[in-house]
Amino acid sequence: MSDTIIEVRDLVKHFPVRVGVLFKRVVGHVRAVDGVSFDLKRGETLGVVGESGCGKSTLAQVLMRLEPATSGSATFEGRNMLTMKGSELRKLRRDIQIVLQDPYTSLNPRMTVGDIVGEPFEIHPEVAPKGSRAQKVRELLDVVGLNPEHINRYPHQFSGGQRQRIGIARALALRPKVIVCDEPVSALDVSIQAQVMNLLGDLQTEFGLSYVFIAHDLSVVRHLSDRVAVMYLGKIVEVGTEEEIYEHPTHPYTQALLSAVPVPDPELRDQRQVIRLEGDVPSPVDPPSGCRFRTRCWKARDICATEVPELVTRVGNHPSACHFAEEKSVVP
Amino acid sequence: MTDPSTAATGAAVTTAAGEFVTAAEHVEAPGKPRSLASDAWHDLRRRPLFIISALLIALVLLMAIWPSLFTSVDPNYGDLARSRQGPSAQAWFGYDNQGYDLYARTIYGSRASIIVGISATLLTVLIGATLGLLAGYYGGWLDGLMSRVADVFFGLPFVLGAIVILSSFRSSGDASATEIIVLVVLSISVLSWPVCMRIMRSAAIAAKQQDYVKAARALGASTPRIMVRHLLPNTIAPVLVYATIALGAFIGAEATLSFLGIGLRAPVVSWGVMISDSRDVIRVAPHILLFPAAFLTATVLAFVMLGDAVREALDPKAR
Repeated sequence: MSDTIIEVRDLVKHFPVRVGVLFKRVVGHVRAVDGVSFDLKRGETLGVVGESGCGKSTLAQVLMRLEPATSGSATFEGRNMLTMKGSELRKLRRDIQIVLQDPYTSLNPRMTVGDIVGEPFEIHPEVAPKGSRAQKVRELLDVVGLNPEHINRYPHQFSGGQRQRIGIARALALRPKVIVCDEPVSALDVSIQAQVMNLLGDLQTEFGLSYVFIAHDLSVVRHLSDRVAVMYLGKIVEVGTEEEIYEHPTHPYTQALLSAVPVPDPELRDQRQVIRLEGDVPSPVDPPSGCRFRTRCWKARDICATEVPELVTRVGNHPSACHFAEEKSVVP
Repeated sequence: MTDPSTAATGAAVTTAAGEFVTAAEHVEAPGKPRSLASDAWHDLRRRPLFIISALLIALVLLMAIWPSLFTSVDPNYGDLARSRQGPSAQAWFGYDNQGYDLYARTIYGSRASIIVGISATLLTVLIGATLGLLAGYYGGWLDGLMSRVADVFFGLPFVLGAIVILSSFRSSGDASATEIIVLVVLSISVLSWPVCMRIMRSAAIAAKQQDYVKAARALGASTPRIMVRHLLPNTIAPVLVYATIALGAFIGAEATLSFLGIGLRAPVVSWGVMISDSRDVIRVAPHILLFPAAFLTATVLAFVMLGDAVREALDPKAR
């Protein structure tokens, strides 16, 4: 179970910024995703964390082929998934599915739950013969912990957590190999978050799924992920196993993020050191030269402005994109 | 779902309390999957508003199709001796200035008015909604082009535009009634579709950014499928409202054009022709205006009520 299912290399997605009423002039690009590389192994969960606007969701859109990539490559089981067309793309759609962030807008309010979960079968009729679809929909609802008798209800009759389960059932319908979870729990209450995450974990064991799990909440990602990638301004700054990232972070940004995680133990709370970052995230239209984090980094020197730090292993045993990477345990 | 109010409370309770199944749920047949359309039909059949308006519309349609069911009097037989007589046992609605039987004329007049109203509305909504949906969904240069073309038509004043179209396309002298009806319908639709297109376009732009469209695309749904299954049901409500209002306005527009002498004219009978005929004698014989106007108002009201009921039935949240 260690072979790579998705391999992403130097993936770039730039959105042109246009001005002008009649003749639109391109004045710059929003570098939403700017050279991202990672591997997703079969059956594993890759957590992607980062603050708002760092390009996590854009990455998901590009992987789902909802937005065309500007450059770079991505392969699914060895085949280039960015250039697929026609029947090959249809096949890819069956293998990669997405769970969206907002359960209130991701379900069509005018379709019954049965129609929503059954739609994948209508789009891919080869998956299930017509007669068996209603039964399959009931099974799916059962799998995600909903009452199969609610097939004729409408989304607004469900709570946020239940709606997210409907979204998960829809994504599961085609028995995909990979599910991209685009902040699937961010819009839910904390108590519901745990339920939905446990469901995702159970489904992974049951169906052998691989997840790309996008979130901005480090504790959420830790609960589910085997490996974690930390993104900042369109680039991955550090990637490693869950333990490497949480126990031995080497990139200052990761350390700052981790130091902001609340500690539930009042005894330990005084011991930890909080790293406060100054300023805001720079504009992705005009990112800083060299290291993108240098404008907010307390370690920044001259070299950070001139040389882009590559994502390579410098200290410890996982890659980190910092010239001055050093291990520092911030979570007591 | 025996009664709308019980179903509504049932839904509210289950939304709040998760897995609870209320009494109303048990009545719901668990076996058969249902769709929005069949749910809407179930709901509609229980609405008094829908039943009343549907009956009214059916009656008017019956008048339009078989006027002889309602009267045996020739609407074009005039006798000046009985000019402007009020309602009586012989003529329920009285006689007009030319001594025509108003009841017979009102019955016979429904046909032209209904044909003009319904076909102009259908054509307007068809053109406007299709173009609006395409423009809203695709955006870009297609949207730009369509919106500018719509602006051109929008800029033409309705009456002026209709006069130009009708007077230039109408064969001189004696055009047949069908020909005039077709021309009137066309000129109304050609001058009115931009409104409908704009309504649809803005609704489509709002709907296409929703996540459920994204999810459908991720599933590999084709563009026609996204438009028909996802965009159309979520954008049709404002167009439906516009259509019901427009229907009344279009029947009125037919009357306006008749009044100006470029629309339908005698011997064709329509409510518009009757209303415009009554203008000279309103003070001495108001009943000549009253009866066709009352039928016009009732018909328009019936369509507005029908549109309202259908719009609510198509919105699961309003149930």
